[in-house]
Amino acid sequence: MSRIARRRFDALVIGAGGGGLRAALQLSQAEAHVAVVSKVFPTRSHTVAAQGGINAALANVSPDNWHWHMYDTVKGSDYLGDQDAIEYMCRAAARLVVELEHFGVPFSRLDGGRIYQRAFGGQSQNYGGEQASRTCAAADRTGHAMLHALYQQNLKARTHFFDEYFVLDLVMDTDGYCLGAVAIEIETGEPLLIEAKATLLATGGAGRIYRTTTNAHINTGDGMAMALRAGIPLQDMEFVQFHPTGIAGIGILISEGVRGEGGYLINGSGERFMERYAPHAKDLASRDVVARAIYTEVEEGRGCGPKKDHILIKVDHLGEEVIKKRLPGIRELSRRFAGVDPIEGPIPVYPTAHYSMGGIPTNRFGQVVAPVQTGPEEPVPGLYAAGECACVSVHGANRLGGNSLLDIVVFGRAAGNHILEILKEYRYHRPTPNAAVDAVLERLRRWDRKGDGESVDVLRDEMQRLMEKHCGVFRTGKVMAEGIKKLEALARRLPDTVLRDHSRVFNTARIEALELENLMDVALATIHSAAARQESRGAHTRLDFPKRDDMQWLKHTLYNRDGRRLDYKPVRMKPLTVDPFPPKERVY
Amino acid sequence: MKFSIYRYNPETDRAPRMQDYSLPDDCGAVMLLDALMLLKQQDATLSFRRSCREGVCGSDAMNINGRNGLACILPIADLGQPIALRPLPGLPVVRDLIVDLTQFYNQYRAAKPWLINNDPEPEMERLQSPEERDCLDGLYECILCACCTTACPSFWWNPDRFLGPAALLQSWRFLADSRDQATAERLDDLEDPYKLFRCHTIMNCTDVCPKELNPSKAIGRIKQMLARRVL
Ligand SMILES: Cc1cc2nc3c(=O)[nH]c(=O)nc-3n(C[C@H](O)[C@H](O)[C@H](O)COP(=O)(O)OP(=O)(O)OC[C@H]3O[C@@H](n4cnc5c(N)ncnc54)[C@H](O)[C@@H]3O)c2cc1C
Ligand code: SF4
Ligand code: SF4
Ligand code: FES
Repeated sequence: MSRIARRRFDALVIGAGGGGLRAALQLSQAEAHVAVVSKVFPTRSHTVAAQGGINAALANVSPDNWHWHMYDTVKGSDYLGDQDAIEYMCRAAARLVVELEHFGVPFSRLDGGRIYQRAFGGQSQNYGGEQASRTCAAADRTGHAMLHALYQQNLKARTHFFDEYFVLDLVMDTDGYCLGAVAIEIETGEPLLIEAKATLLATGGAGRIYRTTTNAHINTGDGMAMALRAGIPLQDMEFVQFHPTGIAGIGILISEGVRGEGGYLINGSGERFMERYAPHAKDLASRDVVARAIYTEVEEGRGCGPKKDHILIKVDHLGEEVIKKRLPGIRELSRRFAGVDPIEGPIPVYPTAHYSMGGIPTNRFGQVVAPVQTGPEEPVPGLYAAGECACVSVHGANRLGGNSLLDIVVFGRAAGNHILEILKEYRYHRPTPNAAVDAVLERLRRWDRKGDGESVDVLRDEMQRLMEKHCGVFRTGKVMAEGIKKLEALARRLPDTVLRDHSRVFNTARIEALELENLMDVALATIHSAAARQESRGAHTRLDFPKRDDMQWLKHTLYNRDGRRLDYKPVRMKPLTVDPFPPKERVY
Repeated sequence: MKFSIYRYNPETDRAPRMQDYSLPDDCGAVMLLDALMLLKQQDATLSFRRSCREGVCGSDAMNINGRNGLACILPIADLGQPIALRPLPGLPVVRDLIVDLTQFYNQYRAAKPWLINNDPEPEMERLQSPEERDCLDGLYECILCACCTTACPSFWWNPDRFLGPAALLQSWRFLADSRDQATAERLDDLEDPYKLFRCHTIMNCTDVCPKELNPSKAIGRIKQMLARRVL
């Protein structure tokens, strides 16, 4: 084996967003020897950008209980969510949010001193009744407040961090065990093998497969692609959430919390058009519903602005005080990037790629599951996933706002707990086969080749445009088939791409190249999965198949990298303790 | 658009140099970070950190026309040309615009930036009135970009002993939190001729903070608290 430095830990957590940090904390507090690896300094992970808040039925503002939260989540998922995992998450929510408060998260407060909660889309009291206020918020900087508090608790618990290390790939042995991962230290360019009895992928989303996105530049689906390369399928990748309100043309997010506080959407003639699409919930209908409505308004010529290419979100009627107190971050972003102060005028917005509902299949303990021998629920030994890179699946075909920050802490913690259990059994590290490490290093070496060739930027740009055009909010079989052809052709150009910087020290061009390989794998997974699903469900909207089809399609997609093979597995319709919510027509 | 950018790669360069770059005025870049990313397409070796592109992650702090700031939220139209870009001052340069922030992070850790409360954990949240919570506004929003600390002369002169404005802002964030019980311990830690008292209220920190926070005021509040304790 090429000689590379190696370190050994009980557990390896890849990713220092909210998911990774919550898992690491569980492990560190139990005195397990855990390492967290992140390609950016932990507080720069994209959880920091989350704005609106985290859902839990605390009932501080409106009557509430976890059953209603569960109902809303199942309905929001368009019945594709696994009901055992959803029950587990909604039941745990209140306790875990309280725990975050104890960790120091500076939640906004109500007069009596309890945590402030705001209304968010798709939330109801009493199974589809009045609007609920379930989203716990620290102004409109909830993700920032959470990520910093979780990092601080990990500092206190003395978690070991490898900051600015880029993980290349998992190391698997021939028995299918995950033994750790190979990373490069970005500052020196040196590879490092990190061996662990359990490895958790918590690498976040892949918004950068699209051109316009609310996601950071670093959200390149690395963990998802690592799983694919390790022979693990990705689940439900066709379900990409387009957030209704990104700043038009730029994609920077204007939180759903703006509508939760009373803001509303208007079209070119000043009409509150959501009343036509969702008479009951109006602007606070589920995200897929609102995104389609905006898209339709613009397509049918009722957009705003000289090109009629966006719509407006009106906030000024809330008054200066509410805006400054509850939406200070939004005000800052809007002034900077849209050039309008929401206290004075409406903000131009348009649907924008936001969130991957799909990801690495796991069970509710965070174990990665893949059909190897016994069926689709078979755990991959030593491998876990949590957060946006995973698909457990609590979001199904459409995620509710405020449920992702919840997902990451609930399943980050659950994975940490399960790892603690197996650490009791696994006394020793299994030997790392040289061949497995060499294969990873080969991937790195490929980029040392010099000479002529295309640049990474050109391919990334083409991929993002292709995905936007061929796999966007509204889809058809024909457009997607063409998209697949073009994307496959683009992927074939990837091996001939060359780097124009071969230095070792902090070579960001090399990191971008490795990220492009990951993006390409995730984009292919998305469009192949989407083209195959011949129905409309949640965020996956097909003009050629406008109806949901529970007879044929109430099932999860599993996409395999080899041969682009698609398998399917049943949705887990049975909750843990309560009665199931059978599929119904979904109206808001 | 014209730029003059600090270049240094320790593998090949003996000394840093300034390199000129330009972009067509209609290249579409609005913020400085957009321009940097276009320049990186011209010259892949040009290196800088970036992530969120919206001023919340704190990755792309640099010295812009002599003043520290975040490239992603500075409109090019507001900047005099040629735009001079240098790494944050006072820290070792890793490469080009990338500095080694180890010292800065060590200071942050030294401030014990975590909530300390030794009461048994209640079943529900700890109560905090909206007024008590208001005391944390202007403190918890820090993105650890290091613009302030690397603009502070006291930090340049005593990088290993003075905690610097960012870390002291964190000290105050926890001292000001009605839920935190470690006030005495935190103040003991700061009662030292260097950690806190090297601040001479020069205000550079507050001037440059891209999040419009006020570390200088926070430091003043800690000093007041210490003074009151003596009385
Ligand atoms: C603008 C915005 C606003 C949002 N607002 C809300 C909200 O209000 N409520 C809500 O519930 N959800 C919200 N979401 C969604 C939610 O914030 C995210 O889904 C969630 O934070 C993801 O957390 P994570 O821990 O899975 O990943 P991330 O926070 O993205 O962290 C990923 C981590 O993995 C690391 N990593 C990735 N690849 C590698 C690699 N190759 N090597 C090493 N490290 C790697 C990164 O460095 C990072 O530390 C929002 C999302 C966006 C984009
Ligand atoms: S006020 Fe204090 S901390 Fe801020 S720049 Fe001046 S000396 Fe430094
Ligand atoms: S106080 Fe301001 S300048 Fe200093 S690190 Fe925090 S955000 Fe940056
Ligand atoms: S890129 Fe995140 S602050 Fe500028």
